[in-house]
Amino acid sequence: MADERTALATPLASDPGSTASSTRLKLEHVSHHFGTNSVLDDITLDIAPGEVVALVGPSGCGKSTLLNILGGLIRPSKGRVLMQGEARPDCLNPLTYVFQDFALLPWRTVEGNISLVLEDKIHDDIARCERIGEMLRLIGLQDFANAYPKQLSGGMRQRVGIARALAVRPACLFMDEPLSALDAQTRTLLLEELATLIARAAITTVYVTHNLNEALRLAHRIVLLSRRPGRIKTIIPIESSIDKRREGDANLVSAEKRLWSMIRDEASAADKELDDAR
Amino acid sequence: MRGEGQVPFRAASFSPRHRPWSGAATLAVFLLAWQIGSSIGAIPDLFLPSPFAVARALWRHALSGDLWTNLLASLLRLAVGWTLGTVIGISVGIAVGMFTLLRSPALALVSALFPIPKIALVPLFIIWFGIGEGSKYATLAIGVFFPTVISTYSGLDNVQRNLVTMGQSFNLSDWSIVRKIMLPGALPSVLAGFRITISVAIILLVAAEMIGADSGIGAFILAAGNLYRTDDLIAGVVILSLLGLTLSALLTRIEQAAFAWR
Ligand SMILES: Nc1ncnc2c1ncn2[C@@H]1O[C@H](COP(=O)(O)OP(=O)(O)OP(=O)(O)O)[C@@H](O)[C@H]1O
Ligand SMILES: [Mg+2]
Repeated sequence: MADERTALATPLASDPGSTASSTRLKLEHVSHHFGTNSVLDDITLDIAPGEVVALVGPSGCGKSTLLNILGGLIRPSKGRVLMQGEARPDCLNPLTYVFQDFALLPWRTVEGNISLVLEDKIHDDIARCERIGEMLRLIGLQDFANAYPKQLSGGMRQRVGIARALAVRPACLFMDEPLSALDAQTRTLLLEELATLIARAAITTVYVTHNLNEALRLAHRIVLLSRRPGRIKTIIPIESSIDKRREGDANLVSAEKRLWSMIRDEASAADKELDDAR
Repeated sequence: MRGEGQVPFRAASFSPRHRPWSGAATLAVFLLAWQIGSSIGAIPDLFLPSPFAVARALWRHALSGDLWTNLLASLLRLAVGWTLGTVIGISVGIAVGMFTLLRSPALALVSALFPIPKIALVPLFIIWFGIGEGSKYATLAIGVFFPTVISTYSGLDNVQRNLVTMGQSFNLSDWSIVRKIMLPGALPSVLAGFRITISVAIILLVAAEMIGADSGIGAFILAAGNLYRTDDLIAGVVILSLLGLTLSALLTRIEQAAFAWR
């Protein structure tokens, strides 16, 4: 994968004090199959620096596969992924994930789990402790620095997962259903926090979800994939800025309507296919 | 369903709890029954000496000092042999768990050699390593080696893949992934293996000392048996049992300390 990603220094207007990511991601004709099972078909997508893209689509359409291809965890059968733009100088891991199942080491404390991803890169103990402290404050887990994952609720565990991801100052953030293992209330609360964090950090983000509310709340653009093999069915931009969105916003309502009508079309097409097959 | 009444609690079975005092009480009652049986003459002395006679034998050998020399000789063999087998076993287990190239060849050898009773090989080890300490260390080490390989590599196999992928996604070095994710993840299985290998080592120790040694608990038991000194014989067996109990308690302590996160 590494040779397929070229780091072109695009002349982007970047003010030096901003934390904004200047990394652009480009999917070029990406297709993927597992054995004979074709999962993704010719996906081309351009994700602008600092943009938040939500990937939605029916179960099994290849969202997770696409996310793993984006971050270099799966080698696509065809096509390539390009990363363009200079990452921030303090970026320790440009392509960073937040996992659905948290993926915390059970034998390390909250602090230790964040430390894990810094130890290879920040050798100065004091600097590392400062970074960990900063992250714990950011997600409000200062009092749990020495707790083990089993002592935390699901919501707190995912906060640690988010803190760990932000600790490496990523250029791109990939989240695969980060809230789906949580109960409805925790999900709503954490979604708001995530929206604030993402709006402030302005990191190029791809967010996979089953939940249209999450997509509508967080994304600049919603990419709807078709049934397997996943193709881009439609892309719906949402105009209002992430930190000012309110429920019932006219932009959101119209985007939601469009999404639902597309999803309904897809489902009735599937039903028809079943009928035809009979 | 008719009538009314409190809903009965039905989820009581299938959750055995640990009650140390009832374990101790069982041992005490067992010893008491044995002593009473001997005292009233139901159990002849040559047949099975009374607990009191065994205690007296232990006391006699403790005073004369030969209990300590034999125990020390055995402990030294146990320590050297077990450590040797464990260190080599863990190393090979890691290699099997990590490298495709070594996996099948090493597993073929382990599967072929593990079922061989090591006691049968003791005479061979005496020829190879001499009648002295070498053959004893080798017997123990080889007996400990195979179970250790198996517990180590199966521990590595069972480390959750998503944790490894997480490490890779953060660009951790391979060495960091091994040290901070794979090995800690395999540790519970390795320590569970220790429980087995300690018992294996004690059994092989006695066997090796019975075949060719003039010191050690095994030799002590053999000598007592040859003279039909059954009180000495049982005294030796009691020492072995206490040794196993102590080591297993020690291991429990280590596990509790190492797995505070569970
Ligand atoms: N490692 C794999 N080997 C073989 N097939 C796989 C593998 N991973 C995924 N698949 C298949 O690829 C298809 C897409 O999987 P993927 O996990 O990307 O879907 P998804 O859109 O994320 O689904 P969900 O919404 O349920 O998470 C599925 O049919 C799945 O069975
Ligand atoms: Mg998925």
